[in-house]
Amino acid sequence: MKSVIKKTVVSAVAATAMFGANAAIAEGESYVMISHAPDSDSWWNTIKNGLALAGEQMDVSVEYRNPPTGDLADMARIIEQAAASGPDGIITTLADPDVLSGPIRNAVDSGIDVIIINSGSPDQARDIGALMYVGQPEYDAGFAAGQRAAGDGVSSFLCVNHYIAQPASTERCQGFADGLGVELGNQMIDSGQDPSEIQNRVMAYLNSNPDTDAVLTLGPTSADPTIMALDQMGLAGDIYFGTFDLGGDIVEAIRDGVIQWGIDQQPFLQAYLPVIVLTNYHRFGVLPGNNINSGPGFVTADALDLVAELAGEYR
Amino acid sequence: MSSTDTAVDERIKETSKLRKALIRPELGAIVGVIAVFAFFIVFAGDSGMFNAQGFLNWSTVSAQFVIIAVGACMLMIAGEFDLSVGSMIGFAGMSIALISVTLGWPIWVAILLTFVLCLAIGALNGLIVVRTGLPSFIVTLAFLFILRGFTIFFPQLIERRTIIGGISDVAEGDWLAPVFGGKIGGWFFDWLASMDMIDVFTRGTREGQPIVNGIPMLIIWALGLMIVAHVVLTRTQFGNWIFASGGDAQAARYVGVPVNRVKILMFMFTAFCGCVFATCQVMEFGSAGADRGLLKEFEAIIAVVIGGALLTGGYGSVIGAALGALIFGVVQQGLFFAGVESSLFRVFLGVILLFAVILNTYIRRIITGEH
Repeated sequence: MKSVIKKTVVSAVAATAMFGANAAIAEGESYVMISHAPDSDSWWNTIKNGLALAGEQMDVSVEYRNPPTGDLADMARIIEQAAASGPDGIITTLADPDVLSGPIRNAVDSGIDVIIINSGSPDQARDIGALMYVGQPEYDAGFAAGQRAAGDGVSSFLCVNHYIAQPASTERCQGFADGLGVELGNQMIDSGQDPSEIQNRVMAYLNSNPDTDAVLTLGPTSADPTIMALDQMGLAGDIYFGTFDLGGDIVEAIRDGVIQWGIDQQPFLQAYLPVIVLTNYHRFGVLPGNNINSGPGFVTADALDLVAELAGEYR
Repeated sequence: MSSTDTAVDERIKETSKLRKALIRPELGAIVGVIAVFAFFIVFAGDSGMFNAQGFLNWSTVSAQFVIIAVGACMLMIAGEFDLSVGSMIGFAGMSIALISVTLGWPIWVAILLTFVLCLAIGALNGLIVVRTGLPSFIVTLAFLFILRGFTIFFPQLIERRTIIGGISDVAEGDWLAPVFGGKIGGWFFDWLASMDMIDVFTRGTREGQPIVNGIPMLIIWALGLMIVAHVVLTRTQFGNWIFASGGDAQAARYVGVPVNRVKILMFMFTAFCGCVFATCQVMEFGSAGADRGLLKEFEAIIAVVIGGALLTGGYGSVIGAALGALIFGVVQQGLFFAGVESSLFRVFLGVILLFAVILNTYIRRIITGEH
């Protein structure tokens, strides 16, 4: 008897949820995007919005999937799952080729077209049999930022790494150090994901290393608490501050002069363009002849209004 | 106990055979499995979930859950928790990677050393719990952080990165690696493909070969661990000791059960299961990452609870835990097949957990007669 109640309620809840999700499905091709981001990472909201917009404009069905905790082994299973459900194309990040190349190659060989976005590199994308790579090469972006900071007179820095388990995060810090022409050494800290922990660790580091010239954060997750930390220490606007990626608070801080620049890899394009490219490829057989670099673009206090208006949504 | 050769005892209440067969700890999980499959056959039947590839996908995910759930179940029946399983998975994987890739030792040495290391940590967990009398919840929570911290620290210190790859290359030709990362029964799938019963690759270097080319050893390990644990728990004296240690440790000591030894052994078994999980994963994917196994300890406990075990110990079933793991795996992958917005997965998980626990509570009351 209880089981009947259980069954009914579970299916009722499930059915309600499903009709909500199915509303986005249109006639035409179906594409699945898979990211390595845990649920808690708000940065990917822009990706989801770009994906949904492209799906709407091209009249194709799009789905977004991710491993809830960001575990890459779980992501491999999701790629296998996506391949088994037989979509026309898969758009995926390549956070760790060792783990993901097997499942992605299986998908490619079973006739599904794949585009690599965000993490990974053009070379890795080609090796794996993907159509193209859309993204911002992480090390190069960090290097460009380092050169820019060196030009502004920076010679030491703190890299606040909130996702140290991903190699891409270390590449950004390493690139920045190499761009500055200094050793990375102990200048990168593992900040964790919790805002108050990040804030405390940044304050602790800057207190014990008072001659630090600059702070580099790797996204809103680490940038927002770092802004608060600098505010509390009275260093806001005084210390050189650059960040990867954009978000509402970051844009505000750039306007206030607390952050000198934000590196925008324009995630919107990483989600939007692959859907457009795949759809046109499947409908008309046309394909751009090269990889697409969505970034890096430096956002500074000039011409910030459009960015501010759309930050967190499409920027 | 057969009633044919003993006189009917008027003190024992008679129960019908049907009732005896139905009312078991696993009942809730069995009902759940049927409900979950019925649900996905209706909503995702034509989505590829039940073709060879889809079948392999959710059974592999379920097998992962089974491996850690079996360990967690035995430990929970013995009255303790292990929250360090997830970190242990990350730690064990990284240990294999560092020993084999960085130190360059043969992969079988790396695997065996890692097993020894994991069992030692499991024993340490158990020893601290038994000696100090602290709740295992706290002790293993401490190890959750300690092990995860080392898993990030060591590769960062030695290799300056947090994902160590290249394990596939060093595992080439090793005798022990295929036991964890291999596949068996390839000939069967070749035959199925030749009979046009499963899909084949349509392009690339493997054109014409079946997409599914064997059963991963992960699934074999899951079945093996489940059967061994079930037999030990229900057919041996040691199994009774486990129940007794978790039910009432003091009473068990009075009748001569070596409670401390049982508990420490169960901590070691849980660590062993975590290590099997990690080794299979590392051998399959060829790399170890510092973020592997995050939150797996809770997933194991959830599977065990769906399977009808009691959080306070002394009651539960390995078969139930395995079915709970199956439900977990099928729901997790099935929701993707059904096209449900993936952020709703946790909502489903919570709902299923709640209903499973409520259902199991009623079943347990019927069995034990408590009110």
